[in-house]
Amino acid sequence: MEKFTKLSGVAAPMDMINIDTDQIIPKLHLRTIKRTGLGKVLFDELRFTPDGTEIPEFILNQEPYRNSKIIVAGDNFGCGSSREHAPWALLDFGIRCVISTSFADIFYNNCFKNGILPVTVTKDQLDALMADAADRENPELTVDLETQTITRPNGATVSFEIDEFRRECLLNGLDDIGLTLQKVEKIDSFEAQQRESQPWLYR
Amino acid sequence: MTTPRTLFDKIWDSHLVDTLDDGLNILYIDRHLLHEVLSPQAFEGLRMEGRTVRRTEATLAVADHNVPTTDRGKGIEDPESRLQVETLSINCKEFGVPVFDMLDPRQGIVHVIGPEQGFTLPGATVVCCDSHTATHGAFGALAFGIGTSEGEHVLATQTLRTSKPKNMRVLIDGSLPVGCTGKDLILAIIGEIGTAGGTGHVIEFCGQAIRDLSMEGRMTVSNMTIEGGARAGLIAPDEKTFEYLKGRPMAPKGAQWEAAVAYWKTLPSDEGAAYDREIKIDVSNIAPQVTWGTSPEDVVPITGRVPDPKDAGSDAKRSAMKRSLDYMGLTPGTPMTEIEIDNVFIGSCTNSRIEDLRAAADIVKGRKVADRVTAMVSPGSTIIKEQAEDEGLDRVFIEAGFEWREAGCSMCLGMNPDRVPAGKRCASTSNRNFEGRQGRDARTHLVSPAMAAAAAVHGRLVDVRDADA
Repeated sequence: MEKFTKLSGVAAPMDMINIDTDQIIPKLHLRTIKRTGLGKVLFDELRFTPDGTEIPEFILNQEPYRNSKIIVAGDNFGCGSSREHAPWALLDFGIRCVISTSFADIFYNNCFKNGILPVTVTKDQLDALMADAADRENPELTVDLETQTITRPNGATVSFEIDEFRRECLLNGLDDIGLTLQKVEKIDSFEAQQRESQPWLYR
Repeated sequence: MTTPRTLFDKIWDSHLVDTLDDGLNILYIDRHLLHEVLSPQAFEGLRMEGRTVRRTEATLAVADHNVPTTDRGKGIEDPESRLQVETLSINCKEFGVPVFDMLDPRQGIVHVIGPEQGFTLPGATVVCCDSHTATHGAFGALAFGIGTSEGEHVLATQTLRTSKPKNMRVLIDGSLPVGCTGKDLILAIIGEIGTAGGTGHVIEFCGQAIRDLSMEGRMTVSNMTIEGGARAGLIAPDEKTFEYLKGRPMAPKGAQWEAAVAYWKTLPSDEGAAYDREIKIDVSNIAPQVTWGTSPEDVVPITGRVPDPKDAGSDAKRSAMKRSLDYMGLTPGTPMTEIEIDNVFIGSCTNSRIEDLRAAADIVKGRKVADRVTAMVSPGSTIIKEQAEDEGLDRVFIEAGFEWREAGCSMCLGMNPDRVPAGKRCASTSNRNFEGRQGRDARTHLVSPAMAAAAAVHGRLVDVRDADA
């Protein structure tokens, strides 16, 4: 997993609530056995007509947002299915950070497994960042995970909270499985004990 | 005297392998379900790191999302779908995981076959790379959807690194009125709390209306907990739960069964146990529910009208409503019963079990599907399909003009060829009415099986309680 330390880039304003995983990546694109190559179909049905023509009104089809690295979105981003294709598609497009007032739980977890930083801010902060992103002349934000701040185009900063372990993993690009397997003795002894107390769980 | 604990607390506490310094926990996973869509990258990850599946016998895979519901003997036409289904079988064989492939007589929707096989058990932790894993909470199992990377973690370690969710109690007051089902109950709850209402929580459903539901009805309720934003749903196990599981192929047998039941009886929440949040909902006066928009929280009683964005509580909500109405092609103020329907889908992990099929067949019996409507039934599993055929339900549906299909996720999400055409309007027993869910530009109204059947007959949404419905 790629580390996440500090990111500066164009932020795309998506002023909608409940942006769901079917919108982020429609199901037809789940018929893949790979993690990569999904950026071209990110937000497919919002971004393209059925014949593949760009829909000009969609924000990621406009300059300078074609090169967005950050999305600023309304409440409850990522609701819906557990498809990890949603963060894979964001990542493949080049989005490494999503800022919203809230995220659906599974999507939120999935981001951290893929080097994407989901940042939760207050409604007032979101309104300000949304306005920043909507300014085509200078929609660039800087998200610093070390200092847990977002720097706005006017130089003001917004602080955010994040779980310490997840922050460490993102900063260092750590693999969860490797970390857990260091505790394999604890898993062994849990199983031995459960096999005694609830043998029906072992067939 | 120990502190009273909730059902959730008891399952959580008994599965903690380790508590980490950072607020996360290592939680032991008893049962891991897999399907072909969200698992290939997990196996690929294992292969790349040279890792194995820790407990193959605690893992069960099935092909459900991509499988066609007609002419299975011909295989899968779409090359991407075919590759995904074949990859599941190859991966399972390589790693030693039991798998029900497309032609297996036990095949079906992953959340239907888990309980059906007795793989899902009370007090167990159950995960699957699929958000509707919440379904298994109907058995008093702590069951939640995870991402593919987390699935890989479970395959390799039989554990999950996770933070402890908060515990919320939804107390259902009153009994469900005639004509209302578990589906109406859960839609009414989501209408009340919203699609982010349960975020960060596990919801335990309590109250007489829940006790009165069959296991099928409880699965419908728990299934859509995810549509209320919660990590999982939970319903305390009782005699109905044990009765349902007894004798299932993978359920415990003999002395182990007795020991298991004795343990399961200790699981319900203790008197006086504390929840982080509690809400009460009175369902004694609800009407059958139907969605009007593109989020499951966009729900009204069938006696209601399409709402007006000008009545929205916030600007964000107003613009979301306008967008929904535009997508759905609906005008504010229209009575719901005047909305014409083009397609009817009876199926999905929400409503495809035998009781659902019986309820729909009851409405359809001796009648015809309206000329304008294309209607289909996809049973939740091949076993349910056979049971329905033994009861003659297939004849009822076919004679009325329904298509009687094979088991799978089918038109709930249209990954296979079963899709609602653009601009068409579908009364569906599934769980999500998102834009594009059942097909690009398709319009979905979520309803119960009886309501879907009545809509098929009348060619419009109708109140199933009406005499001629």
